[in-house]
Amino acid sequence: MASAPWEDAFTAALRDQFGSHILNSELYREQKLLHVDRLSVGDVLRALHRAGFDYLVDVTAVHWPKRERPFDLIWILYSYADNRRVRVRAEYPEGDEVASATPFWPGANWLEREVFDMFGIRFSGHPDLRRILLPEDWTGHPLRKDYPILQQDQAWVQLHLGIERGQ
Amino acid sequence: MSHRTTPDPLRGGPMTAPAPGESHLDSSEMILNMGPQHPSTHGVLRVVLKLDGERVVDAECVIGYLHRGVEKIGEHRTYMQFNPYVDRMDYVSAVSNGLGYCEAVEKLQGVVAPPRAQVVRVMLAELNRISSHIVWLGTHALDIGAMTPVFYSFREREEILKIFEKYCGARLTTHAFRIGGLQWDLYDGFESDLRRFCQTFPARVDEYETLLTENRIWRERTVGVGRLDATTCKALGVTGPVLRAAGVAWDLRKAQPYSGYEKYAFEIPVGENGDTYDRYRVRLQEMRQSCRIIAQAVDGIPDGPILARIPKVFKPPVGEVYHSIEAPKGELGFYIVSDGSLQPYRLRVRPPSFVNLQALRGMVRGALVADVVAIIGSIDIVLGEVDR
Amino acid sequence: MSMAGGWWLVRNAECCRRPGVLAAGLTAALPAPAANLLAAVTSPQAAATSPPGNTGHFLLATVYILLIFAGISVGVIVMNWVERKVLAHMQVRLGPMRVGPHGLLQPIADALKLLLKEDLVPQGADHLVFWLAPVVVVVAAFSAFTAIPFGPTAAVSDLNIGVLFVLAVASLGVLGIIFAGWSSNSHYPLLGALRAGAQMVSYEITIGLAVVAVLLHTGTLSMQGIVRAQIDHQQWLLFREPVAFGLFAVAMVAETNRSPFDLPEAESELVAGYHAEYSGFRWSLFMLGEYAGMMLVSAVAVTLWLGGWTRPFPNVHAAGLDALFSFVPAACFLLLAGMALRAAWKMPGHRRWRVQRDGLAVFGSLLLGLGLLLAVPPMRTACQNVFWFVLKVAVFQYLFIWYRATFPRYRYDQLLRIGWRILIPTALANLVLSATLTALRP
Repeated sequence: MASAPWEDAFTAALRDQFGSHILNSELYREQKLLHVDRLSVGDVLRALHRAGFDYLVDVTAVHWPKRERPFDLIWILYSYADNRRVRVRAEYPEGDEVASATPFWPGANWLEREVFDMFGIRFSGHPDLRRILLPEDWTGHPLRKDYPILQQDQAWVQLHLGIERGQ
Repeated sequence: MSHRTTPDPLRGGPMTAPAPGESHLDSSEMILNMGPQHPSTHGVLRVVLKLDGERVVDAECVIGYLHRGVEKIGEHRTYMQFNPYVDRMDYVSAVSNGLGYCEAVEKLQGVVAPPRAQVVRVMLAELNRISSHIVWLGTHALDIGAMTPVFYSFREREEILKIFEKYCGARLTTHAFRIGGLQWDLYDGFESDLRRFCQTFPARVDEYETLLTENRIWRERTVGVGRLDATTCKALGVTGPVLRAAGVAWDLRKAQPYSGYEKYAFEIPVGENGDTYDRYRVRLQEMRQSCRIIAQAVDGIPDGPILARIPKVFKPPVGEVYHSIEAPKGELGFYIVSDGSLQPYRLRVRPPSFVNLQALRGMVRGALVADVVAIIGSIDIVLGEVDR
Repeated sequence: MSMAGGWWLVRNAECCRRPGVLAAGLTAALPAPAANLLAAVTSPQAAATSPPGNTGHFLLATVYILLIFAGISVGVIVMNWVERKVLAHMQVRLGPMRVGPHGLLQPIADALKLLLKEDLVPQGADHLVFWLAPVVVVVAAFSAFTAIPFGPTAAVSDLNIGVLFVLAVASLGVLGIIFAGWSSNSHYPLLGALRAGAQMVSYEITIGLAVVAVLLHTGTLSMQGIVRAQIDHQQWLLFREPVAFGLFAVAMVAETNRSPFDLPEAESELVAGYHAEYSGFRWSLFMLGEYAGMMLVSAVAVTLWLGGWTRPFPNVHAAGLDALFSFVPAACFLLLAGMALRAAWKMPGHRRWRVQRDGLAVFGSLLLGLGLLLAVPPMRTACQNVFWFVLKVAVFQYLFIWYRATFPRYRYDQLLRIGWRILIPTALANLVLSATLTALRP
């Protein structure tokens, strides 16, 4: 099943405001997805927050190593008042900083830390960007596709756990 | 409590600790490391507390001690193979995890479980909600020093686990559902087991209430402790009973029904103050409501197939979905990206415990050490899910 | 005849009011302890009027001290087993069932295990204080028992400041706890010790005020005197000072760090509180001290409010009632023996159960023997005072267990608020009221 375009008053208003920065808006399995230019993500998120999306469900990323801009950042938003969800997606090149969503949704704090921990994507304006699940001095970001499933930070394991083989 | 400060519950940022080498002698603040080996942090949560006497000045959660890389594993297993792994996240509500995962993959594939499977799923998921809340009740009461409820509650949990065991052979990590429906049909006597449970259980909840609800000490320890209002809950993304205790009647079973929940009559219990006591009340009421749902479902189990027609070689089309259910702890979501191959390209779990735990810091600031334990308990976290 | 010998003669003669020149001369010629022993043996009625500590019977006093030490230790063991069983049955489980019949040997197995465990001392701990802490706790709890009257003569000594002595020595226990918390060089024990310090000191005030209210009615600080006053009044002081008793009953739970006031060792908050760093035998000393402390405060409550060693309804002297009550101790033991023997009889005949069955039978026979011994007339009168005292204390021990199964734990600030805002003002008001009423009474 292919995705269908999503056109209604809401997307029209957004397009009015952001023009070509809204790259695409589609419906797939009845789920709404906004594809946004990375340069205006912060503004779009602010607009969505104002439009009543008061609950940031999740922030996550997908790594597409072969792409020119290898990282997809995904924000899943929900509005309690209107009972609707929308997903916002933007593509980022390696090393680019993402605008933090913490000013609008303080709950983004840990979610962004996890994205940083797992993908190495930095967020600008984040109050406390550290690793969250892995140890502070771990090297590598495990959810990147170039990080094999069996790989460990051997030096860390040897140092802290005393396991010579590093596994 | 007038002497309590009301700090900004939303404040992020690192905790300011005395620099290493700085003398602690002239400072009245003490750093207390609670966990990861502590009887009341519900697993391997570590909370670093900055204390002024027994009052908490600041707190920081250190998590990840149980990190197993579930999302990475998901990318290296087929959709079917990954199904048992989700049981190991929130291991006290494995059935709910399975329900969330199966429904998400079904949505990705574009299939719907047959009606009979949906009803069975609802019954098992609600049983699981009860067993999860029961474990919470017992351990939470134990945290607050009431020793006996834990044994009463485990008695009822045992009945539920026996039903699980009869149905699928496992008690805890059940792997009860399959993508597209169920693997096994109901065993003989399932309905009577459930009916008997539904008849006896409300009286058991009354028993817990006798022990705790009007207990003076219990009220003193929980009323007004760890208060979190609706706005803060929403800002932090807190869901589940914690959100409902703050007075927001939001339950995904009602808001965005799945698996046929729209067919059952039940209420969303809400609290008023959003404190530990209200969370307790909400969870107890939820147990009664779950019982009500089970009683309705058991009377209307349709005949028919239990598994939808899904291909032997399971390759969902290219695309991505996010699907979430109301797990006992809150919104449990699965965001799955398929590249058309046997394995998910990306499998993201949106764990309710992880997000809810974020609220801990704001709640414990200004509280006492004993409150920290009560508040951790009231969020109802499972570290298997926080760390994944 | 030396001067010292002559002094002993005079003193013995005075104290015991005992004629008999021959015995007196013999006593005078002997060294003091032997003389005392002789005096005790030759004149049983002398030893029967007041405790040995007051009559100079040092050897007998030593024997009593050893008896009390052994008795309390056995009591702690029994209490340990009873607590586990009662708690278990309140919590829909069985409790210890494996070591011995119905887990009867479990406390012994536990004690053995604790003795064999590695003795750990944390790094950076103050070794001397760390070593001293459990000793202080145990010594404080045990030595206070020297002034507790188990019966009119069944006490080590009848101090004229008995109540003060007991309160003073018992409150030394908190020192041990603070020592333990401080010397462990660890945060949780420190917090536990601070809690214990604040808690025990606050609740001691309540205890003191409640006790003073009793003293208004007795006019003496002697523990024996307080019981005698209740006999004279023909009324337990519970009925004259119910409020003081209530306050004491609450404060004594806090004083012994028991649930719902078990904050210093709150397991779910402070892991194990002040004894978090203790292991093995040192830890068991803390437990010994805690349980002995529970018995001590119960014994004080029994002495002050519940008529001490007197039997129930001491003011009713109907015909045959004395005789009837004097059979109760024997009957109790015979009942227990009957239960044990019946259980042994009903045990499955399989070889696997032989040890259990025989053990239970031996235990039952032991109880049977004790019961029969207590039924013998001289023993019947000699032991029933102690029996009633122990029974009353046991009721309090049961209450301690019941509290533990029922209540959640108070928070630190709530505990202190109860102590300072409710208990102490109530105790003061009660004291003033009692004093006024006592003064107005003709």
